Amino acid sequence: MSDYTQMWSSLGLDLKAHDALLSVLGGAYTDIFLSQKNRPEGMKYFDFVMSEVHGLRIKELMDAKAQGRKVIGSYCVFVPEELILAVDGVSVGLCAGAEFNFEGAETVLPRNTCALIKSAFGFKLGRVCPYLEASDVVVGENTCDGKKKSYEILGKLVNDLYVMDLPQMKSETGRALLKEEYRKFIKKLEDVSGKKVTTESLQKGIDIVNAKRNAMKRLAEIRSADPAPISGLDALLVNQVYFYDDPVRFTESVNKLCDELEERVKKGIGVYPNGAPRVIVSGCPMAVPNWKLPMVIESSNAVIVGEESCVGERGARWLTEAKGGTVDSLLDQITDRYFQVECAIFTPNPSRVDYVKQMAKKLGAKGIIHYSLQFCQPYIVESGIAEKELEGAGIPTLRLETDYSQEDAGQLKTRVEAFIERINKK
Amino acid sequence: MRCAGIDIGSRTVKLAVLERGRLVLSRKSVTTYNPLQTACDLIRDAAFDTITATGYGRHLIKGHIDCPVISEIKAFAVGARFFSRDCRSILDIGGQDTKAISLDEEGNMSKFEMNDKCAAGTGRFLEVMATALGFTLEEFSSAALSAEKAVKINSMCTVFAESEVISLTTQGAARNEVALGIHRAIVSRSVALMKRIAPPGNVFFAGGVALNGCVRSLIESELDRRLFVPEDPQIVGAVGAAMSTG
Repeated sequence: MSDYTQMWSSLGLDLKAHDALLSVLGGAYTDIFLSQKNRPEGMKYFDFVMSEVHGLRIKELMDAKAQGRKVIGSYCVFVPEELILAVDGVSVGLCAGAEFNFEGAETVLPRNTCALIKSAFGFKLGRVCPYLEASDVVVGENTCDGKKKSYEILGKLVNDLYVMDLPQMKSETGRALLKEEYRKFIKKLEDVSGKKVTTESLQKGIDIVNAKRNAMKRLAEIRSADPAPISGLDALLVNQVYFYDDPVRFTESVNKLCDELEERVKKGIGVYPNGAPRVIVSGCPMAVPNWKLPMVIESSNAVIVGEESCVGERGARWLTEAKGGTVDSLLDQITDRYFQVECAIFTPNPSRVDYVKQMAKKLGAKGIIHYSLQFCQPYIVESGIAEKELEGAGIPTLRLETDYSQEDAGQLKTRVEAFIERINKK
Repeated sequence: MRCAGIDIGSRTVKLAVLERGRLVLSRKSVTTYNPLQTACDLIRDAAFDTITATGYGRHLIKGHIDCPVISEIKAFAVGARFFSRDCRSILDIGGQDTKAISLDEEGNMSKFEMNDKCAAGTGRFLEVMATALGFTLEEFSSAALSAEKAVKINSMCTVFAESEVISLTTQGAARNEVALGIHRAIVSRSVALMKRIAPPGNVFFAGGVALNGCVRSLIESELDRRLFVPEDPQIVGAVGAAMSTG
């Protein structure tokens, strides 16, 4: 690995804390990912990306910045990458998945804040996230109360925080609000980049992102095979890298992986034996390096065949129907695309559970594990509704509430093992 | 053929041996800081052909002797049917977990609910509160039963509830009324779990807390259902583990 010390210093990182973080991350990656048996060859690319996640990829971002391109960081799948690409910007996801510097985060946030938000603040205050430090603009969005209120505090900690409002109901006024917010976001992007969004540049952005999402849809479909050709952990990793990597190179790598997986399916090769219990994980997003629950599930000899999550199908499954001739008509298509996202901040949100049912059928899953982060009210409240409906439809469901710490690993394992014993009988 | 089950719980390790469908041996020991040693001591001179592990320490022993493991939820689901052939709903309050389990007619687990990750409303909670009031566990239950009214305990966190109990006693609250308040608090938790899964009929009550008479009578009146408590409610998980291989 090259020496990136100078680059990290120039970004203002706390080198000692950053080294400590990378060493924990590297150790966890080796234990959780590299120890898996019979992994697809195509995962080597993603292993490489992860090994250089704070190195080579950051260097690419710095090179892009030197060429006058802007890096736009965001925390949510409602921030359209198409628009960022239309001003030749680079889109990076900033969500954090490690219990790092929570004591620092708790100096500005209440203790009863979800781990996702606390982690983002821990990273910022601890100066260990090069993506955040390299971002020219950080985009916040009014999803849950925890996030929208904490952006008021984050705004004082970063150079340029741009907050986007989001609707909470799938109504006509909700859609109009979303379109207007996207229009304002275009203006913001044009201002910081000095570039105009044109029909051509927007069409190009749409094409790139559609290709990326098509590759993810392809991967999601292959996972319906039994035996499962790829582990849930590896598939989650691909979904996580989605938010960091160069979109064109990422798309090629996912398609290459899919070619290999299709071959595996033809030959009946899998990472778990035929008939291994299959589950879907549904709920809150899992940002790198939050691999705790999938690790518990797959070390209990079940295989995860789908993620109904922002880091998963909820983030990637819809395409933008690009057929308009003007920026405004393309913006309409983009709005329609994002307006379908089944986030629990919407009320009511019945299509989410409907889709989980469809996924279970399509992927041959025997049960759903609903994952909520502690203090994430939208998903925790919705988990009760989802459980009732899924169990009513004959789909066994386990609701779990957890955070980024390891203290409940034992309790989680007991619940997961018992759930697998339950679904294995049917 | 003698089938053994070992249930390594957070507070107690239990061993059961079954032979031709009869419980021929049962032993218990306090878990201590070294659960593996405790478990090994417990099985050392016991005679058996197969052994299955369950409980919080199940994976620990698996590294020591090669044996199958099952979750304690399954162990209770199976074990309950040894004592009560047709039970459909099980409540287990152990040292650090509370479980509510419902079974279908064939005895397959159809749903389970557990307490949150902390020890709120479990056996450990009762132990800490008994100590705070200067009672042994036996005295604690009878003191609560003797109270005519309960002092309400608002906090369910073991640490906060202990401070609350101390503050109530310094304000002169009657010890037995506080004791009843504590029992009510843990019962309301367990009853809420049972109501979530709501299987019909009598409730099979297991785990160390089932030895507490006050908890038993409060649950019966809150749920308005009959409880079935086996002679030794702590051994159910070990029996279930033994049955799962037999």
